[in-house]
Amino acid sequence: MILFEVVLSGVLVGGMYGLIALGLNLQYGIARMMNLAYGEALMGGAYTAFWFFMLWRIDPLASMLFSVPVAFCGNWLIYRYLLSPLIRRAANQEILEADTILVTFGLLFVFQGLALVQWGGEYRGYTYLAVPIDLLGATVALNRLMAFVAAVVLALALYWLLRSTRLGGALRAIAIDPVAAQLVAVDVPRLSALAFAAGGAIMAAAGTLVSMFLSFNASIGIVYTLKALIVVIMGGVGRMLGCLMAGLLLGLAEALGAYLVDPGLTLAINFALFLLVLLVRPQGLFSRG
Amino acid sequence: MAEKPASRWWIAPAAAGVAFLAGLPLLLSAYTVSLLISVLAYASLATSWAFFSGTTRYISLATAAFVGIGTYTVALLSDHLPLAVVLAIAHMIGFVIALGVGLSTLRLSGIYFVIFTFGLTELIKQLVIWFEINQTKTLARYIFVNASGTLIYELLLATATIVIAGVWWLSRSRVGYALRVIGEDEMVARHSGIDTTRVKVLVFAATSAVMSMVGAVLSLRYTYVDPNIAFNSLVSFQVLIMALLGGIGRPWGPALGAVPLVLLSELLSGTFPHHFGIALGICFVVIVFFLPGGVMGLVDRWSAWLPRSALRRRKES
Amino acid sequence: MTAGPLLAIQGLSKSFGGLQAVRDFDLDVPERSIVGLIGPNGSGKTTVLNLVTGEIAADGGSVRLDGREILGRPAFRVCRARIARTFQLVRVLPGMTTRENVLIGRLFGSAPATPEHARKEIDALLDRVGLSDLADQTGAQLTYIDQKRVELARALATQPRLLLLDEWLAGLNPRELQIGIELIRRIRDEGMTIVMIEHVMEAIRALCDHVVVMSAGGLIAAGAPDSVLNDPEVARVYLGDDDA
Repeated sequence: MILFEVVLSGVLVGGMYGLIALGLNLQYGIARMMNLAYGEALMGGAYTAFWFFMLWRIDPLASMLFSVPVAFCGNWLIYRYLLSPLIRRAANQEILEADTILVTFGLLFVFQGLALVQWGGEYRGYTYLAVPIDLLGATVALNRLMAFVAAVVLALALYWLLRSTRLGGALRAIAIDPVAAQLVAVDVPRLSALAFAAGGAIMAAAGTLVSMFLSFNASIGIVYTLKALIVVIMGGVGRMLGCLMAGLLLGLAEALGAYLVDPGLTLAINFALFLLVLLVRPQGLFSRG
Repeated sequence: MAEKPASRWWIAPAAAGVAFLAGLPLLLSAYTVSLLISVLAYASLATSWAFFSGTTRYISLATAAFVGIGTYTVALLSDHLPLAVVLAIAHMIGFVIALGVGLSTLRLSGIYFVIFTFGLTELIKQLVIWFEINQTKTLARYIFVNASGTLIYELLLATATIVIAGVWWLSRSRVGYALRVIGEDEMVARHSGIDTTRVKVLVFAATSAVMSMVGAVLSLRYTYVDPNIAFNSLVSFQVLIMALLGGIGRPWGPALGAVPLVLLSELLSGTFPHHFGIALGICFVVIVFFLPGGVMGLVDRWSAWLPRSALRRRKES
Repeated sequence: MTAGPLLAIQGLSKSFGGLQAVRDFDLDVPERSIVGLIGPNGSGKTTVLNLVTGEIAADGGSVRLDGREILGRPAFRVCRARIARTFQLVRVLPGMTTRENVLIGRLFGSAPATPEHARKEIDALLDRVGLSDLADQTGAQLTYIDQKRVELARALATQPRLLLLDEWLAGLNPRELQIGIELIRRIRDEGMTIVMIEHVMEAIRALCDHVVVMSAGGLIAAGAPDSVLNDPEVARVYLGDDDA
């Protein structure tokens, strides 16, 4: 029965990982920008939820109405004014990659530094829906369950958007081949900016959800960037369903590792998986070919 | 590095300069010496980093991991063994771990290598924390080595001198060319007879060993270390930005880049520690947008505008 | 030196997923000859080159240089075994000068030298391929034909016995083509053995002693240039998919 609880908690966290990987896939798979400040949107979303709740008792889910549009606009501005000039001037892909890495690392430091200056380095958290719920005989906190449900709903909505709408079709075309997409009259620069901004918005939403059941601090962003990247690599760059599956897998691996080996080694498990996938199956676990 | 077999007019002045630097602690206050210690340590780190990562374009963020390995080696062993032996062991452990890391990850390209090396610092930190909590039941260690500021300074001056001279010498040797070809086009490197894996892994290991050595010497300043102090990933970023600021591809560039950043860090980290992170972040963006060749690259461009400058004349003679 | 061919390929095979890129390919290349490897795009010519030079691993077969098996060796060892190549899409190092681009072949090829020792030789080699005036320009500054020259010079600097040219004459104008053909002929006359993948029929007629035609990964014709180029099956394969 304990094992079932472990698996369940793994799945609950895994849903969150799937969501943040989807967002990264929008940025890296479609807009083709490796944004190392990706996790800062999560940090921003988490702080927004925290302060809205602490100061004005505003429900965290409602705080998304503020943090999500802000993250969307912020990421759009970053793409438009900091990253797309790099695309235009880069002589080749490698130079572009190096420039992007440096600029987005710079942004990471700036955002993290601002948060540290403003709110200090200590861990924050608040009590929200901390009610034990009985689920098939296992006990889970309602906030965890709630966050999981919200993450899954968001992820599925995004998946539906990409699969079944015209806009989604255009975005998937860019993910497969931006040059060819341009040839069939897809406005690649505009839609790439949109995808990048949407990725940031998703991360802010995820930040809100994370803050409902985990404590966080100003330096938390990069941790989630790394997890998202690991999941994207496992699931396959540009593959949405693969990412959801890989997210669940990572959540499970962490939960089982923490239970069977040691909770202190969660990160070690992350990296072992990361390396294993890169060395054995660099095209992703859930992609064909 | 592209010029003809260079004249070596500067060797004598450089030697005199090193001799002068070696005598400096006699003249300066303890505070200034400790500032110079930071400059020398970061100059060594940035030069080593640039020699591998700058030329091959495998951007490593594992600097902090290797520095931390050096620090922890001292923390674990300094009670039991003489200092020289401890330093040699730190150097060796850094080399061996880097060899393993290199063999398993240097086939990863671009962003994956960056992320993995960044994660490596965190990974090693977590493993050390886990080990300390489970095995020794303590998170902090005390370092009781009787090392004066002057000794640390002289050790680091020797390290920096050897590293810069070594990089200067290697960069005009076959190793230097091999690294540059790998950075430009690894496929061409393979088909021109370069054993790319061997070169990459060995140079990565050798430069990482220097980083562990620097970490070990620096740890003599501390009386107390814990994993969060020893494995501070900010160090990796500082070293990277110093190298880029000074300009990679020139033996002197990265070392020069260390000076302003150490001063900036000194200025800010005491009173406004978080502002230093912001300043560092802005540095990254500014370098990418305005200083792609580093400050030394800027000097090159300026010297092109000043036909009668000393720099120009020397090149022509 | 044995009496057999310098390069002997037997039963070479490679598939990518479901696609059989090269199947059961045989080829003998006698010393001091020029063998032309032709066929429509996608017929597996470059794959053969990549297999021989160790860029990709073969599924089966054997490649012998002067009787010694070289299949399965990593690319740098194949280079040191004295096989050099050029690339279909020119790969000149953009950040290095012409001299340095060529120098690296000498530094790491079959008879490694130090930079100081190699310098004079490299200047002679640059002169030979007509690059002396451009020695200090970076690869990025060179024109297309000069980049091709640099690649050839770099390959020669490794001191090969066998030179593999992957469409080295493609994209040249008529005058450059004549210069290129002369250059290759001269290199052969100095004792080199050459395998060239080529679409320029004029060059094949002018240079090759022997031509083999590939289609869909297999060998469909072989012989003297004139007889092969007049073979109706070869014409069909070419005109069917590609009119090069």
